[in-house]
Amino acid sequence: MRKNLNVIAAYSIMMVLILMVGIFQSWNIALSIFNLCLISAVMTMGANIQWGYAGLINFGIMGYTALGGLAAVLISVDPVQEAWRAGGFDILMSLWLIVVMVLVIRFILKRFEKSKIRTYSIAAIIISGILLIRFSAEPGIEAIEAVDPAKTGFLGGFGLPIIFSWIVGALFAGGLAFIVGKVALGLRADYLAIATLLISEIVIAIIKHEDWLTRGVKNVIGLKRPAPYEVDLQTTDWFIKLVEKFNSGKLSVIENLADRQAALNQLVIEGSSVFVKLCYSGLFLVVVIILLILTQKALYSPWGRMMRAIRDNEEAANAMGKNVVKQHLLIFILGSAIVGIAGAMLVTQDGLFTPGSYRPMRYTFLIWVMVIVGGSGNNFGAILGGFVVWFLWIEAAPISLFLINFFTAGIPETNALKAHLIESVPYFRFLLMGLGLLFIMRYRPKGILPEKIEIK
Amino acid sequence: MDFVNAIILLLNYIFIPALTYGSQLALGAIFVTLIYGILRFANFATGDMMSFGTMATILFTWYFQSLGVSLGVLPTALLAIPFGIIFMIFYMLLIDKFVFKYYRNQKSPPVQFAMVSIGVMFVTQAVVRIIIGPGDRRFFDGEKFIIKAREFKEMTGLNEGLALKSTQVITIFVTIVLVSLLFWFLNRTKTGKSMKAYSDNEDLALLSGIDPKKIVLVTWVIAGILATIGGALYGLDKSFKPFTYFNNMLPIFAAAIVGGIGNPFGAFLGGYVIAFSEILLTYAYKKFFMYVLPESMEPNSLVQLLSTDYKFAVSFSILVIVLIYRPSGIFKGKVL
Repeated sequence: MRKNLNVIAAYSIMMVLILMVGIFQSWNIALSIFNLCLISAVMTMGANIQWGYAGLINFGIMGYTALGGLAAVLISVDPVQEAWRAGGFDILMSLWLIVVMVLVIRFILKRFEKSKIRTYSIAAIIISGILLIRFSAEPGIEAIEAVDPAKTGFLGGFGLPIIFSWIVGALFAGGLAFIVGKVALGLRADYLAIATLLISEIVIAIIKHEDWLTRGVKNVIGLKRPAPYEVDLQTTDWFIKLVEKFNSGKLSVIENLADRQAALNQLVIEGSSVFVKLCYSGLFLVVVIILLILTQKALYSPWGRMMRAIRDNEEAANAMGKNVVKQHLLIFILGSAIVGIAGAMLVTQDGLFTPGSYRPMRYTFLIWVMVIVGGSGNNFGAILGGFVVWFLWIEAAPISLFLINFFTAGIPETNALKAHLIESVPYFRFLLMGLGLLFIMRYRPKGILPEKIEIK
Repeated sequence: MDFVNAIILLLNYIFIPALTYGSQLALGAIFVTLIYGILRFANFATGDMMSFGTMATILFTWYFQSLGVSLGVLPTALLAIPFGIIFMIFYMLLIDKFVFKYYRNQKSPPVQFAMVSIGVMFVTQAVVRIIIGPGDRRFFDGEKFIIKAREFKEMTGLNEGLALKSTQVITIFVTIVLVSLLFWFLNRTKTGKSMKAYSDNEDLALLSGIDPKKIVLVTWVIAGILATIGGALYGLDKSFKPFTYFNNMLPIFAAAIVGGIGNPFGAFLGGYVIAFSEILLTYAYKKFFMYVLPESMEPNSLVQLLSTDYKFAVSFSILVIVLIYRPSGIFKGKVL
């Protein structure tokens, strides 16, 4: 108990802050902050596994998040039968060609000795294969995109409940991480950072522009929900009764029956969106707790000890007979898969998939700030980082508005400088994040809750 | 005649734009490479530092415009650039003093430097947006074209026009002058040589009496000049928007690494490699083949290898391939 005091204190402060938002602003805002904090926590856990456990730097978080989001679309949207009829055959043919190409390359790699001829022939196969696929898929893609472009214009998905996509998103992200890891993990730390950053940009470019698969920048809206809809709740009896019970004190004060009914209706509308958000919070909490248990178990297992050994001294670990390359690849895949889950959760909560919104600032660098600020190597720290940083990211604008008004209280509203400052309030969040990161790196380089290894 | 038309077509749509874009990238790439070679970290704040320098230049341009000072046919920004540079260098030295110096004295690993530079990136981004806003700004004035496409057609009687924007000529000219001066400085002067020595082997350089403080100072001064001029030229040619500058960091990194990081000449050429491959691979060659091939063989499709949406992806793919097969870059930079 004693040694965990700082963890408990930090989390209680965080909870109090969120409750204060609920009391002073609104419960709706508080819950949406809380939900995104939970999603951020999942992302930071993924990044923390890679950076904190193994010292691998992954600046491609944005790419894995987007792949998780794509999984949510592909799982939950109903298949567009017409599009499948129009171009499904061509797409399947191209898929088949890709499989054949990969098999041929594998065969050549296995069968022949390493030589210049082998390298050139593989390059030739890849280039001609890409051209062939492009030409064979072209009519199919055009046909698919022509099917009712205002509404569909893509193949659609499988029409399954969206919750499955959380697993599929992990698989997608893990698959990409396997390829990236095979290619890039041999690089030195800062090169790996740049390479993963650029690869994630390539992933986003593909998601943005392959309209037949993802609908691209036209976005996919109205995804299915694992939670009830507000409109349905507002007409359900048990929900109205529940709201009435909760607010009985407030309602009984109102004498007039019509007024009381109007007040109740208002409360039901507000309550329904709070209820939906609470449903999401419950689902997300389950995910966070499961992941936390698994990652904690892993951290204190022999495997976790091995990872720390590899992180702290790669050569020594190698000399002890640990397969560094294989373990690096494994942890890269695991961490990315967790980020993929978070990506799917995010799209599930928003109910829409907007490829244009994936930007490295928000989905890569901000997550890294969370990991560093919270405390890399410590799961509780990483989760706390997700909470603190996301909270500040959202609340930075109101806080800085308050501060500006406070310090310029004597200056009239019409003052140009004051007006300019108030206008640029949204950008103070960048300043806050940057200064926060710099101060933490300087004065508390291990984060708010530093890594603590107990030898049991 | 058709052949001449085809050449003009390529000049107008590929060669000149790529040369301009390449010059802008090259200046940024030399900036990245210098910081990497001498201060030994990957500077993730590159794009935002360039946008800071451009912002200072724009503010001075507005000031001069309000005074009524102009350069006639040339853009007023050229007059404002030196003041922008002074501002930029001042800002960089400030950041170095309060942020990077501590980690340099601690001899922190490069990864930690990179993380710190992300903090600087956030702060710089905030400063730029708070001062000038996130919107799109054009600050070009003066004569826009040197040769207009229509005039060129009338002059030569060809089907294809050649448009030459004055910003393109200014960009290429300034880049050539600046890069020649820089290489002269690095290879011929004593300070430049000591910078090279410091980059090659820090301990040996310190032993032979080179003052590290001076090296760091000179590096930031050169970096400030490169960042401001590179950024301002890009802003003149296209437009200034903080978010675009942040994004430009990626092809700039690609150029620096493709050229061999730590090697200024490699970075210079890397800029053009990236620019040309981006434009060559995404250009639709239909018209070119219509001129060159006989009528019976004319292509039906656009003859475009990749759609223009994948412009950025091209340079990143090149970078990834280079990183895997030749991590030291095409022109042999630091072996990592």
